[in-house]
Amino acid sequence: LAVSPEIPKEDGRPKWDNKFQYILSCIGFAVGLGNVWRFPYLCQIHGGGAFLIPYFIALVFEGIPLLHLELALGQCLRKGSIGAWNTISPYLRGVGVGSWMVSVLVSLYYNTILTWVMWYFINSFQEPLPWSVCPLNVNRTGLNEECYESTSVNYFWYRKTLNITPDVTESGTLQWWLILCLAACWAIVYLCTIRGIETTGKAIYVTAIFPYLVLTIFLIHGLTLPGATEGLVYLFTPNLNTLKNPRVWLDAATQIFFSLSLAFGGLIAFSSYNPPKNDCEKDAVTVAVVNCMTSLYASIPVFSVLGFKATTGYWDCLDRNIIRIINEFDLPEESIMRQNYTAWISFLNSSYPEKIDGLKLKSCDLQEFLDQSVSGTGLAFIVFTQAVILMPGSQAWAILFFIMLFSLGISSMFGNIEGVFTPLLELQILPKSIPKELLSGIICLICFLIALCFTLGSGSYWIDIFDSYAGSLPLLVIAFFEVIGVAYVYKIKRFSKDVKWMTGRKPNLYWQITWRFISPLLLLIVFVAFVTLQIQKPPSYAAWNPKYEGFPMKEEKVYPPWVQAICVLLALLPCVFVPLAALFHLIKQMRRRKDLSFVPSEVFSCQGANS
Amino acid sequence: YAWDANEEYLFKAMVAFAMRRYSSKSTTQISNVLLCNVTDRVSFWFVVTDSSKNVTTVPGSEVEAAIRMNRNRINSAFLLSDKTLQFLKITSTLSPPVEPSTPVWLIVFGVVLCLIVAGILLLVVAGIRQGKTKNKQSTERENLEEKGEVAVTVENGIPCEALDLKAGHINGVFAADDERFTSL
Repeated sequence: LAVSPEIPKEDGRPKWDNKFQYILSCIGFAVGLGNVWRFPYLCQIHGGGAFLIPYFIALVFEGIPLLHLELALGQCLRKGSIGAWNTISPYLRGVGVGSWMVSVLVSLYYNTILTWVMWYFINSFQEPLPWSVCPLNVNRTGLNEECYESTSVNYFWYRKTLNITPDVTESGTLQWWLILCLAACWAIVYLCTIRGIETTGKAIYVTAIFPYLVLTIFLIHGLTLPGATEGLVYLFTPNLNTLKNPRVWLDAATQIFFSLSLAFGGLIAFSSYNPPKNDCEKDAVTVAVVNCMTSLYASIPVFSVLGFKATTGYWDCLDRNIIRIINEFDLPEESIMRQNYTAWISFLNSSYPEKIDGLKLKSCDLQEFLDQSVSGTGLAFIVFTQAVILMPGSQAWAILFFIMLFSLGISSMFGNIEGVFTPLLELQILPKSIPKELLSGIICLICFLIALCFTLGSGSYWIDIFDSYAGSLPLLVIAFFEVIGVAYVYKIKRFSKDVKWMTGRKPNLYWQITWRFISPLLLLIVFVAFVTLQIQKPPSYAAWNPKYEGFPMKEEKVYPPWVQAICVLLALLPCVFVPLAALFHLIKQMRRRKDLSFVPSEVFSCQGANS
Repeated sequence: YAWDANEEYLFKAMVAFAMRRYSSKSTTQISNVLLCNVTDRVSFWFVVTDSSKNVTTVPGSEVEAAIRMNRNRINSAFLLSDKTLQFLKITSTLSPPVEPSTPVWLIVFGVVLCLIVAGILLLVVAGIRQGKTKNKQSTERENLEEKGEVAVTVENGIPCEALDLKAGHINGVFAADDERFTSL
C-alpha cells in the first residue's frame, strides 16, 4: 500500500478535522430558524410551560432514538443516504432517494428565506430604518395609502420586499433586488460547501457559534427592556388544561421531529465522514439536548422583546386615549397619567357618559397585545422589526438580529446541501477527473435558477406551499420507513452488534424498545393525525390584498385545483420513490432468477466493511 | 415652561409677525391679535383684527395661509413642533424623506458580494494549485519509480535496500504476541 503523507484519507473519503467540528455541524444543522420562530410560538399558544411536557416526552421517545439511528447508520455504512440505504437492502434504496429528493426541495426554498433575511440585513445600515417610516404618496399630500392603512413595517415587508400579488395565481414579475440577494446567498452557500465538509467544517465554527453570542446579547438587552417580565410571565405560565387537547401532542411531536432535521439524509452524510469507532450514542444525545436547550434559550429573548413590544403598544394606546380625553375636556397637561387612567375613566364615565361615548375610545388591554401571537416569517420580519424600531440604537440591533438569523439558516443549509452533495458524489455522476468544486458549483447554479421562481410576486405563497407540503409529510413517511427498515429488514440484533462495535457497548433496553416498537408506532400515529388534520379543511392561504374590504386583515382564499394538485405532487414525490425503487428492484431480481446466473447478495456488517 | 401672560404676548407677536410677512404690509400690531377662551389645557381661540378697516376681522383663510407660511418660525419660537403645537384646520405639509443618490443598500450589497466573490476565487485558485502540486508529486514519484526499476528493485515503493536495513530489527510487539500463543 502506498500511503501518501499529505492526504489524511485511508479509503479516499474526506474526514472531519476533529470531533468538535462534526458535533458542531450536526448542532448547526438541527438548530435552525424553527428554533427561534416556531418553538416560542408553540409554547405561547399551547399553554406556556405546560407545552414542555409533551415536548420532552416526544424528545425522549421519538427524537433521540431516530437521531441515534441516523447517526449510527451513517457512521457504520460510511455512505450518503442513497448509498447507505442501498447497502442495508436494495429494496430500501427508495428511502435514500426519497430523503435526497426532500433535501433538494427544501434547499430550493430555504435559501429564499435567507434571501429575505439578507435583504433586511443590507437595509439595516440606513438611518432611519426603511421600515420605520411610510413613504409619501404620489402628490406628496399625505402618506402612501397602503402604508397608512396597515403599518410601515407591514408595508416594507409586503410591498418593498416581496412586492406581493393579491393571489397565488398571479405570478407578478421577477423582483430584481431579490434576485441579487438570492445570487449572493447561493454564492455564500457555494463558498462554504465548495469542497464538501473540508470547507463547511471551517465555516461552521463561525455560523454555529455566532447565533449563541447574539442570543446572549439579546437576552441581556431584552431583560432590561420595560415590559419584558410581562412577556416572559405570559410565555411560561403553565396552563395544564391545554394538555387535554390532542393537537398539542401532535404539535410537540412534529416540532421535535422537524426541529432535529431528521430524515433529510444530511445527518447520515455528516456521520459518514466519521471514523468508524466513534461513540454515536453520546453524540445523538448531545445534539438532541443542545437543540432543545437552544429552543428554550432562544424563546427567552424572543418573549422579552415581544413583551416589550406589547407593553409599548399598550402605552401608545393609553396615550392616544389620554390625549383625546384631555383635548375634549380641556384638562391641563399631565393631569391624566397612565397610572391613574383607569381612575379618571371611571370618574368621567360616571359624570359625563355621553361625552366619553362620543369620543369612541379604543379599549386598551395588555393581554390583547400579548395575545397577538405570530410565528414564522411574520415574527422575524414584522413583529421583531417593529420592536427593533422602538429600541435605542435600532440599526445595531437590526444588524445583529439579521446576522443571527442568517447564521442559523446557513448552517442548516450546509446540512441540506451535504444531503444532496454526498450521494451525488458517491453515485459518481461526473467522471473522476472533474473536481468536486465543479459538482458543488453545478448544484448551486441549478438550485439558484430554479429558486428564481420564488422571487416572483407570488413567491412567498409558493414558499408556504413548499414548506407545508414538501417539508413536512414526506419526512414523516421516510422516517417511518427508516425505523422499520433498520428494525425489521436489517434486524435490530445485527444493528445492535454494529453499534456495539462502534461505541464499545451494546445499546441498552431503552434503545431496543424505542427502535423496535415505540418510535415506529409514534411516527405512525403522528402521520395519521397529520394527514387527518390536513384533509379536514380545504387548503387555504391568507393573501395580502390592498383592495380587500377588511384590509389590513389578510384575505382567506382557497387554493385553485391546479395548485392543490401541485401540493399533492410535492407531498407524494419523495414518498413514491420508496415503493417504486422496491418494485424496480423486485423486477430486476425476478429477471435475474430467470437467468439462473444468480449470485446471492452478500451479507453486510459494519465490521466487515471496515476491517 | 408654564403658560403665562408673557407667553401669550409672544404668541400675539408671532401671529402679528406672520401676518406682516404674508401680506407684506406693516400695519398689523400686536394689539390686533385677540385671544379668548384660554383654558388650562393651553388651548384658545384667536382672531386678527384689521385696524385700518374699522375693526373687522381678517378672514380666516388669510390667517391660515399666513401661519402655514411661517409655521416653523412659530414652532421654534415656542420650542415646540408640529405635533405639540396644533392649529386646528391647518395640516402640516410633510417633508419628503431624504433619498440619497445611490440607495444605501446597494452599496452594502456590493461590499458583501465583492467579499464573497473574492473568497470563492481564492478557494478555487488554491484548489487548482493543490491539484497541480499533487499531479507534480505523483508524476515525480512515477518518474522515480521508472528510474528505480532499472537500478533498484522496489518493493511497494520502498527500495529493497532500505527494507533490508529494517529487517534486522525485531519488532517487539509481534514478538510479544508470538510468545502468547501456546506452541502446538
